[in-house]
Amino acid sequence: MSQDDIRGTVLDVLRRVAPDVDVAGLDPAIDLREQADLDSVDILNLVVGLHQALGVDVPETDYDELTSVDRAVSYLASRINEQRG
Amino acid sequence: MREYLMPSLGADMKDGRVVEWFVGPGDSVRRGDVVGVVDTAKGAIEMEIWEDATIEEIVAAPGTKVPVGEVLLRLGEPEGGAVEAAEAEPESPESLETPVEPASEVPPPRGPAEPQPPGPPASSAEEPISPAAPMPGLVRASPAARKRAHELGIDLAEVRGSGPDGAVVLEDVLAAGGPTPHITPLARRIAETHGLDLSSVKGTGPHGTITRDDVEPLVPEAAHRQEPEGRQRTMRDAIAAAMARSKREIPHYYLESIADMRRAEAWLAAENGTRPPETRILPVALLLKAVALSARDYPEVNGHWTEDGYRPASAVHVGLAVALRGGGLIAPALRDTDARPLDELSAAITDMVQRARAGRLRSSEMTDATLTVSSLGERGVETVIGVIYPPQVALVGFGRVVERPWAEDGLLGVRRTVSITLAGDHRVSDGHRGGLFLRRIAHLLAHPEEL
Repeated sequence: MSQDDIRGTVLDVLRRVAPDVDVAGLDPAIDLREQADLDSVDILNLVVGLHQALGVDVPETDYDELTSVDRAVSYLASRINEQRG
Repeated sequence: MREYLMPSLGADMKDGRVVEWFVGPGDSVRRGDVVGVVDTAKGAIEMEIWEDATIEEIVAAPGTKVPVGEVLLRLGEPEGGAVEAAEAEPESPESLETPVEPASEVPPPRGPAEPQPPGPPASSAEEPISPAAPMPGLVRASPAARKRAHELGIDLAEVRGSGPDGAVVLEDVLAAGGPTPHITPLARRIAETHGLDLSSVKGTGPHGTITRDDVEPLVPEAAHRQEPEGRQRTMRDAIAAAMARSKREIPHYYLESIADMRRAEAWLAAENGTRPPETRILPVALLLKAVALSARDYPEVNGHWTEDGYRPASAVHVGLAVALRGGGLIAPALRDTDARPLDELSAAITDMVQRARAGRLRSSEMTDATLTVSSLGERGVETVIGVIYPPQVALVGFGRVVERPWAEDGLLGVRRTVSITLAGDHRVSDGHRGGLFLRRIAHLLAHPEEL
């Protein structure tokens, strides 16, 4: 799965989790909680959505890796590689 | 003939616009079914019905704006004809049947039909009036007069007061509200909603009464579709109305306690470490459960203030204040918060918060809360001091979990802690019991295995 595919999935899940957020307008480098006003309920929904879409179970201790779109994409890419290897 | 009325979905709701019906004439419905969607200042709400019945007639067509308490549907006997079904319903949420704030929905009696006590305004003696000297620009008025004036949209400054020192009393407000009796309540409301001037409208009803039929053609077409900005404004208006009422009528007192969160956080981390994302427990679920269990033992914080005084609730349905992105607030209820396992409660919170933000809550969620919790979460402030949501009588506020210096057994350390506050209604409870209630919450958070 390419980084672009992962990015597309992350954005799709975000759209589902927070339909009231303009996901296309997000800056991928900036903290999602700050720019999109996501709270712990949204983050948990994001984690659940990613688990279902990618099969990656993000443990609570790694939630900080999901704070921006860029960070989430590189974290998920390495987790997917781990699972393959 | 039974009727299904526009429910009051909160103290701040005056009317709602029917968006769609999921039922039609001849359909049979069961208690708890969602029968349609109504658009309110707080978003689109799915309306549940609280009896088994057959739909006979749809009175309010989609698109119609209907005041609280007016007829939406006419109902017939349920299939199979269980005649007693409607009566045998002890559990029916009273707030659906009886608007929480009936006084503001029913136009006040006007004119000679309502006999007033003769002689000098006897009522003024019973209405406490602030003894403070009037400040320039400030109108002296009794609380009852102030409340009714607000409901009627009357500017107190324009009312001539007949009470002591010229203070405005209830009678003065009722008299001031009286001069235009030839407009039906519905027509008046439509006009108010859209800012229409009725002074030049000719009524076609009996005796020239201005009715809905006279007013509705004047409503601009665009107003039938509410734009997002309009939504923001109506929600702000609804919050303003509820909070102003709260501050006007509820004598708040405030308490704070700091709770040690080390054990709760450790317990939660261990528990969630073993769970897949789908069943993980949100920290706020612990907070809600601790409040709900404690509320069982303190009935004076869990219930509703009604016209007949305080009515403690028999169950604990905690309302959770949910902030909407871009502004606005809604506090839907989680039924039987005290009786649900933490993982189930957490899933219910997740679902409800998402629906609150998408504008798809159910009518029971809007009316059932017996106590509200406001938790501003991990990016919030350290202390939340809340405003009670009427007709409830208490609000518990949680700040962000932060490290604080902690002295215990003569030793000073640093602990992860949370501030718990209580905004209580002094008509119902006092600081002593309120303090014990907070201490019970803190105890439960320090012993998460009891949750």
